[in-house]
Order: sequence, then structure tokens, then C-alpha cells
Amino acid sequence: MDLFEYQGKQYFSRFDIPVSPGGVADTVEEALSVAARVGFPVVVKAQVKVGGRGKAGGVKLATNEDEVRTHAGAILGLDIKGHVVKRLWVEHASDIEKEYYASFTLDRPNKVHLGMLSAQGGVEIEVVAEENPDAIAMLQIDPLVGLDVATARRWVAEAGLDEEARAQAAELLVKLYTCYVEGDCDLAEVNPLILTPDGRVHALDAKVTLDENAAFRHPEWEEFRATETEDPREKMAKEKGLNYIGLDGTVGIIANGAGLAMSTLDVVNQVGGSAANFLDIGGGANADVMAAALEVINTDPKVKSIFVNIFGGITRVDEVAKGVIEALSRVTITAPIVLRLDGTNAVEGRAILASHLNDRLLTEPTMLDAARRAVAFANQ
Amino acid sequence: MSIFVDENTKVIVQGLTGGQGSFHGLRNRDYGTKVVGGVTPGKGGTDVDGIPVFNTVAEAVAATGATASFVVVPPKFAADAIIEAAQGGITFIVSITEGIPAHDEARVYNRLVEEFPGVRLLGPNCPGIISPGKCNIGITSGDIALAGGPVGIVSRSGTLTYQALHELSQQGIGQTTCVGIGGDPVPGTNFIDCLAAFEADPETKAVMMIGEIGGSEEERAAEWIKAHMTKPVVAYVAGVTAPAGRKMGHAGAIISGSKGTAQAKMAALSEAGVHVCLNPTEAGEKMVEIVRAL
Repeated sequence: MDLFEYQGKQYFSRFDIPVSPGGVADTVEEALSVAARVGFPVVVKAQVKVGGRGKAGGVKLATNEDEVRTHAGAILGLDIKGHVVKRLWVEHASDIEKEYYASFTLDRPNKVHLGMLSAQGGVEIEVVAEENPDAIAMLQIDPLVGLDVATARRWVAEAGLDEEARAQAAELLVKLYTCYVEGDCDLAEVNPLILTPDGRVHALDAKVTLDENAAFRHPEWEEFRATETEDPREKMAKEKGLNYIGLDGTVGIIANGAGLAMSTLDVVNQVGGSAANFLDIGGGANADVMAAALEVINTDPKVKSIFVNIFGGITRVDEVAKGVIEALSRVTITAPIVLRLDGTNAVEGRAILASHLNDRLLTEPTMLDAARRAVAFANQ
Repeated sequence: MSIFVDENTKVIVQGLTGGQGSFHGLRNRDYGTKVVGGVTPGKGGTDVDGIPVFNTVAEAVAATGATASFVVVPPKFAADAIIEAAQGGITFIVSITEGIPAHDEARVYNRLVEEFPGVRLLGPNCPGIISPGKCNIGITSGDIALAGGPVGIVSRSGTLTYQALHELSQQGIGQTTCVGIGGDPVPGTNFIDCLAAFEADPETKAVMMIGEIGGSEEERAAEWIKAHMTKPVVAYVAGVTAPAGRKMGHAGAIISGSKGTAQAKMAALSEAGVHVCLNPTEAGEKMVEIVRAL
């Protein structure tokens, strides 16, 4: 789960990472009241989960109330790459002496944590990595050892941070690492991390991605979930325990397992169709889950046919078959359904479906045959 | 021959008394796997369909001589269960659990490497391993595999592993071992571990490899294949049509920026001399052609 900047900063604050004083505003009036509280000048920042908001006019400096009114009014409702701004973060504007970059993420090839620190912050780190890789000081961190202040001190020196920033930066990096680990982040990134002319180091931005698998030990994440701006169908699917991603095509896809679901998308594409969604019912899905999957897809008006691609393992095909029949008895499924069923209890599953098959509910022996049939229906 | 497990491998099931544990543990036993015990704290002394249950892994190992463990426990307890297996003397651990926090996986992986260098972890979030006719640890339906070789399979995806087995078995092509390495960001066993084992196994004549978007394991495997592999490899990479920035179900399956795309992986594999196919069926057909020409 990606956090908004303001949520990332609030998350940082829990770990004692210094950020600029600021507040959330959903209206121009709220923006004015935050500005009055934190003191002018302020920066009015669009809260969207997409990069490039500065270029799109989503970040503005305001030195007085009139400017806050103008900028907040203009930014609220602004469409930034398809994301409409509903919320602002208004914070006291910092004087900037230097901009750095710092982040922690998982180093997948080496299976340790990776800290990245650069004296060239404020720009996209991918660009720095491409054009001047030596400007990024990489630090591999053994998860069993962690990051201590002594190591962080060597690291800030190696990255070439200014002398006056080093002690504070080292301390901040240890806190950021703690936030990354104890806060179960996939990514904790500060860009820019700034040094002010009066010699203070703090986080001017916050990019945090939380590992949803760790939600069971973070009840406090509920508040972040409440603001997730999801496609309503994705939200409905998640509530039913399904892994759904909406796409643009016309063939509704239901598969068990992420790999098979991805592969189903690929195959539908190869035989001349296009998928309306990715939907993985997960491992061990029962009839209820299968029925819910069909119901979710059924709410998508783009869907012209439904391809159910199941290879039973931990998922039992008889349960899938029961779910299909259950869904058909509960709601009217408008699109024809093509099923391909193999694996655990496939024989039992096919037997359950046998008496229900007709020209709108049919089975095909292979994944490719079923894809062709579903695409033919969709392209009719 | 087979890799990692064989007909003599003695297996315990951590979580045997649970719904999933008993269903798959008993299926594994019915397949012919030597399932010699179960572990559930507090249920020692009972049994599941004749399989004795112990309170701890150490007790189970002492009583049965098991060397492998099938860990079927919820995400919250999985990390501790894996470490308990290693501490108890197990040397091959299969973790099928989906949804373990990435930080737990990173800690477990590094603890195993540092404290238990002789232990191999397969998974988490994987279907397990099957050496047809000999041993099946995990959730793969045994009837879709065919004994006798000569193909080794290694896959990052569970259901695509079954698909790969099915494509070959239907054509009468058997498998030496089929390993599902799982779709999480920190897999205990990776493509290269399996490719190296297949390369060293005299009965494996060709390898089918199923990758997917995210990370760079396929690219690393391609480099290894180019440098070390003498046996033919057929590959399929799922997720050609996956959009960037969306996790496609698996925690590890995400295209970030230009990294982790199926196209890049397919190009790297092709460049290493691997037969890259566009769907599982095509990969199966290609493998049939290769095996028939051996």
C-alpha cells in the first residue's frame, strides 16, 4: 500500500524523523487555517499517489493568505495524470541549503536490505543512477545486524554529504531504517532530505510503501486504508478476499494463482483478445470465493465474455464448480462463461457442472482452446 | 535420479492437525511420500490418520529420523516455524505459506544462511516439490506428474507449475523433479540453485523454467545458463501484458519503472540460448520436440 505524502510524514513522525510542521487541508479554509498555524511562507502540496505533481502545478509556494487562497483553490480538483486532487498538505516552507536523497528497500538479488544515499537529491534517483551512479552510496544491511550510528556516520561521509549535515543525517538515517523495519515498509524514501541554511537536517518529502502482508501486526494502518482511492470494483474484490486489478479489455478473467492469471492475460492477448481484468482467487478458494469472483466481474459493463481458468492444487476444482453454480443461482451473469478445469478434484468438478452446461456456460479441454472460445464470444 | 528429495526422504508436517495440513499431508502420504510425523504444539501424543503428532520439531526428528519438513502454518507463525525446523535438525524445509511479511522472510533467509548453512528452504509461497513416483512435498496434485524423467521443471508460479507438469505428462514426457520456488521477494531457493542441481543430475536431460515479471532472478539465471548449462532449457515468462506498477498477485511480481518486465527477461534468456516460448502450451510442445530428439 502506497501512502500519501502527508501520511508518510505522519508515519515518519512516529519514528521521530524530523519533518516540516504542517497539516492536512481538504478545503481552501482549512488550508488558510493550517497556514496561519505553521506560519508563512508555506508550501501548498497536492496529495496524489503519482510522480510529477510539481511539473503539473500541484506544488506552490504561498507567502500570504491571498496566495494560499489562490493556490489551494487551483490545486484542489486539479487532475494530475488522472488523479484528481482531493486533499492538500500545507507546510511551513523551508529554506534549502542542500538537497540529498535517502531510501531503504529490499535488495532482492542479495536478499539483504539496501540503503541508498546521495548528495544529489531533489531529482529522480533513477536519473542519478543512470547518469552518475557513483553519486549514490549504496549500503547493504544484514537484516540480522541492522544499522547502527557508527555505520551510518561512515556512510554519510562516503556519500559526500556536507560536513555540517553529517551528524544529524546519520541519526536520521538510523531512525529511517527503524521506520523501514519496524514499520514494515517495502520502501521508505526521503527525496529531498534537506539541510537548511541554519544547519538543520529534515525530511522534506516522504514516500512510503507498506507491506500489506504485515498488516496483521499494524492495526494503526486502518486509517491509511480508509483513504485508499481504489477503483470501486477493486475495493469490492478486496473485501471479498480476491486479488483484482481492472484493465481495459473485454474478456473477464478468473484464475487461481497469480502466475496462471498473468499467463491467462497473455494467452487471451495472443489469440486476439484483451483482458478486462486480472483476478486471482488465490490458493484454497472455496465455492463462496468463486461465486464472489463471478459477481465482481459481472459488475463490469466492458466484459463480453468470462474465462475461468482453474488448475487445482490447493484449490479444489469441485469447490470452484460449486461456486459457479452458486453464483448463477444468486445473480444473473450476463456474459457467457468459458471454463477450463484441471488439477485437484477436476473430475468431480466437471461432474458437478455437467448438467448445467449450455451454450452460455461451457467447458474447453485446454487453456488455449478456452481462450479462443472466450475471445470469439467477446469479439462477436 | 531426482534433486533435493527422493524415495527415502522422511518428511514431517508442521501444522498436520490443521485443515490444510491434514488434507495435503495425507495426500502427500497417499502419493507414497514417507510422511513420518506431524508437529503441533500441545497436540503431541495424538495422531492424524495414524501419523504420530509431536509437540516440537526436535521431538519429531528424534523419534522419526525425518530430514524434511512441510511447513503448513499461517503467515504470522511461519517465520518461527521455519527456524524451529532448522533448529530441530531438518535440512530441507518446504514453506507453502502465502502472505509472510517481507521483513520476516529477509530475517529468516539470513538466519538460515548464517546459522544453518546446511539447510535448504524452498519457498515461502510455493507449491512445493515433487519427484514423480518417489516423493511429493507440498500442494501439487500428484496425478498430474509422470515418473521416469527426463525433464526437470523449476517455476516461480504455483499454478503454472501444474500447467507445465500437465503439458508434459499429457504428451507422455516424464519429469525427474519439479520444483516450485515461489513468487515472494525473498525465495529460499532460486532458479540457479535448481538449474545447477539439474545440470548435475545425470537423469535430467532438459529443463523447463517458468518465470514471471518482477525482480531480476530470470536475468541472473540467464547469465548462469550461458556460463554453465549444457542441457537444453525451455522457458516461459508470465506477465507480458501486465501493467507497470501493479503487483500481480505475488508480492514479488511487480514491474517497477523499466525493471522486471517479461520482455527484458525473455530477451536475456533468448540471448543465453534458452528456447523462449510465448505460452505454457507452446513451452510444453517445444520440450516434447526436444525430448523426442534426444
